[in-house]
Amino acid sequence: MNNRTRLLDEKDFERILTRLAHEILERNKGAGNIALVGIRTRGEFLARRLNEKIKSLEGKEIPLGFLDITLYRDDLREKHQQPVLLGTYIKFDITGKHLILIDDVLFTGRTVRSALSELVDLGRPASIQLAVFIDRGHRELPIKADYVGKNIPTSLQQEVQVCMKELDGEDAVYLKELKENN
Amino acid sequence: MPLSSRHLLGLEDVPKEDINLLLDTTTNFREVLERPVKKVPTLQGQTIVNLFLEDSTRTRVSFELAERRLSADVVNFSASVSSLKKGETLKDTVRNLEAMKIDMVVIRHAAQGSPHFLTKIMDAHIINAGDGSHEHPTQALLDMYTIREKFGTLEGVHVCIVGDISHSRVALSNIFGLKTMGATVSVCGPKTLIPKEIEKLGVNVFYDINRAIREADVLNVLRIQLERQDRAYFPSLREYREYFAVTKERLKQAQKEITILHPGPINRDVELSADVADSDASLILHQVLNGVAVRMAVLYLLGTGK
Repeated sequence: MNNRTRLLDEKDFERILTRLAHEILERNKGAGNIALVGIRTRGEFLARRLNEKIKSLEGKEIPLGFLDITLYRDDLREKHQQPVLLGTYIKFDITGKHLILIDDVLFTGRTVRSALSELVDLGRPASIQLAVFIDRGHRELPIKADYVGKNIPTSLQQEVQVCMKELDGEDAVYLKELKENN
Repeated sequence: MPLSSRHLLGLEDVPKEDINLLLDTTTNFREVLERPVKKVPTLQGQTIVNLFLEDSTRTRVSFELAERRLSADVVNFSASVSSLKKGETLKDTVRNLEAMKIDMVVIRHAAQGSPHFLTKIMDAHIINAGDGSHEHPTQALLDMYTIREKFGTLEGVHVCIVGDISHSRVALSNIFGLKTMGATVSVCGPKTLIPKEIEKLGVNVFYDINRAIREADVLNVLRIQLERQDRAYFPSLREYREYFAVTKERLKQAQKEITILHPGPINRDVELSADVADSDASLILHQVLNGVAVRMAVLYLLGTGK
């Protein structure tokens, strides 16, 4: 039995990314001193897509990096599966930059907390803004996104799956039921 | 994907997948070591005991740096200041340490098999930092990482280990690890310092350093242990230098680029001439940097996950 519902399709996906690119540029008054940092895994591919959009709108390259927050997780000893390290790849000086931190789903806020800790170990950015594709609620830490693709209120028995062409062969967002409803 | 063992006792029988995981993870920690803040909170709350019951400077410092850069709490314990000097057994010493809630033990001991012994009496993860002339797995891993960094692979690379093979834990761990990873391994040195039947481990033996240089891509030059000279494994240092030292002249004659490794400390102008040690061919300081990253990788892989 299929226990997931598609909430967004490829066209929705594209529209949301375009809007997020415009919002980022509007708030920062252009691409002047911004840099994009995607949280691996899916945040990396969202950051790459936003980078392309911003480049086509502004006609200039902006710095792009990827963050692996595994070494900063607060649950490393509790995990049954040891996370594979993908590596942080930020080949520009983040000091003084307005960083746009990008992730696919904002849930408890713990991933973002880890990402913020890691970023301040890499330098002293002028500011860090958070862009997420989906905000599903249930925050456990006082963290709020500056840019939200779509708010999807969920229960804890549900999971949000952001599928991307680069990894999953399609651009779509699904809501998955973790438990069968009686 | 975790390691297949909860300890790192040696590289004999360690599968290729584990070695690849260790080397790939090392790359992540090399990146951490390039950051302005070279420290991550990964092992916060874990306690690691460095049980160095035999002299060591660089391995102990390298482990300690790796532990601190992973934010672990570190306790250093050496034979000269321990109750072992008062007659306490190793078993009682480590049981007392374990009662203090430790998570990992890094042990260096003159007795072969001492890390294996600890695994039978403790729950902590055990890491071998050198047991007698048996194994020194983290040194071999850092050597392999340094070679892989230079050549992009270990498969098919010809590594010749030069010097005192009989008494070397570095040589044995290198042979096990490199063979597993598909490298060609040979050894070179005076007959008195090459163990009988070493060919059974799948290595070639050279007694002529010039031939070794002609055939190898990498020379891993071992320290001649001056403290053992009273046993006369070879007539004199002068003679050893004449027949086995890796010098610029010898490398020049081979007319090929050759990579030099040395686990340190170097006896300059004994096993390795000073100009070669300081040349571009030498990756000795890379080894030292990679040593911290390799040890961070080992500690991370053993200390996280259930």
